[in-house]
Amino acid sequence: MNGILDFIAGLGRAVLDIVRMAGRVALFAAVALSHMVRPPFYWRTLWGTLVEIGYFSLPVVALTALFSGGVIALQSYTGFAQYHAQNAIAGIVILAVTRELGPVLAGLMVAGRVGAAMSAEIGTMRVTDQIDALSTLSTNPIKYLVTPRLVAGTLALPFLVLVADILGVLGGFTVCVMKLDFSASAYITATIASLKVMDVTVGLVKAAIFGFLIALMGCYHGYHSRGGAEGVGAATTAAVVAASILLLTFDYLLTDVFFSQ
Amino acid sequence: MSDATPKIRIRGLKKAFGPKVVLDGVDLDVMGGTSFVVIGGSGTGKSVLLRCILGLITPDAGSIEIDGVDVTTLSPRQREPYMARIGMLFQNGALFDSLSVWENVTFGLVAAARAGHGPRITRAQARMRAGALLEQVGMDPAVGALSPSELSGGMQKRVGLARAIAARPEILFFDEPTTGLDPIMGAVIDGLIADCVRKLGSTAIAITHDMASAQRIGDRVGMLYEGRLIWQGAPSTLFSSGNPVVDQFTHGRREGPIKVDVRN
Repeated sequence: MNGILDFIAGLGRAVLDIVRMAGRVALFAAVALSHMVRPPFYWRTLWGTLVEIGYFSLPVVALTALFSGGVIALQSYTGFAQYHAQNAIAGIVILAVTRELGPVLAGLMVAGRVGAAMSAEIGTMRVTDQIDALSTLSTNPIKYLVTPRLVAGTLALPFLVLVADILGVLGGFTVCVMKLDFSASAYITATIASLKVMDVTVGLVKAAIFGFLIALMGCYHGYHSRGGAEGVGAATTAAVVAASILLLTFDYLLTDVFFSQ
Repeated sequence: MSDATPKIRIRGLKKAFGPKVVLDGVDLDVMGGTSFVVIGGSGTGKSVLLRCILGLITPDAGSIEIDGVDVTTLSPRQREPYMARIGMLFQNGALFDSLSVWENVTFGLVAAARAGHGPRITRAQARMRAGALLEQVGMDPAVGALSPSELSGGMQKRVGLARAIAARPEILFFDEPTTGLDPIMGAVIDGLIADCVRKLGSTAIAITHDMASAQRIGDRVGMLYEGRLIWQGAPSTLFSSGNPVVDQFTHGRREGPIKVDVRN
């Protein structure tokens, strides 16, 4: 009996912790967003972060999308060839890439690369008193460090996803034409026929939300890190794990909202 | 306001972190244009005291008056003009890694201009000003182009000092300014601090473990022990205070009223 009660108590504590954490994160985000409409604005920080996310993440996102598009084409062929449905592969590739693979894979790559870097940078600033120093130098740390990163994450990820969509389709095209001997013109025609503006648009909306969540987790965990190098390491891990879980959760929710009908 | 009003007046300041009481009713007056040095063992709340005055930590009870205004009752926005009058040298310099040395030095000037608390300043003017400030702390202006990671500990402290005095603050705080420095560099930093405080006419509070530093910087010295300032006096009386706790601390004796728990 005691074991059951202990289990229920533990479960309750965990739920309360999650709710408390969600409240703190929501408040942190609200404060950061409120600074978007109040000067001063830190354009240089915003531009630097946009370049860091949007430009320097291009190689890793591009490679991931290219190979994923190729894999989807190969796997689809393996299954569809049994039913002589190879003509559907172009449609499958563009559907999978624009709706899911583009936003999710780009998001996970950026979470690993940029979310971790943001958390480590802000966390190091926290444990070396740099954030306190900002406060003593007429600068609000959340306005200076967090708000530009949230804006940059929200703006940069749709751009990366657009690139990922194009390269994912190119990966599928390359495999189908070079390896599986499909007709290039037929593949392109089938791809254009299957391309829906709604799919691309929803993918970009997802990307913007993912970009915001990745930056939010990186900044939140970095900002609240404690205890030297070990604390910064723990914050970085927490930022990447939380961003990845949130990203997949929101992917499901958004897919349900936009495509379940 | 009469001349007798302290620049900084602290009454009954309390702060606890969970069950650990760090400040337990600190009372302190620092007169304008004077330097007060707080000494005390590790973990006795010296840094917490400074952070409470700076508004980085919210005290549990008590008042902190600057020029007669209790800043603990002000909103963050109302507090901003008071913060703009304070400069702080952090223990490890706390220089911003992502900026060059000259950008670090003039960061506060540029930020104050952006926030409307100071005159407008262009990047070219800021760079010139940084050069003059670096010279003021005994450094070559060419150092301004370097990154903080390229500087030694002593140089980082000097850059931190240049940043702290850039806006010609009325109040200066120094958090263990000589920690981690060799005795000669420690004396150099102390000399620069005393020089800057005198030239600016600022009111200063420094915290340190370093008795030589306390004597070089302070007009008065106080010891924080068990959450209270248990003794205050002139630096010349530091080694002959007549207080057994202060005597044990300043002479570094193992035996005495201060019990050191080596297990924790």
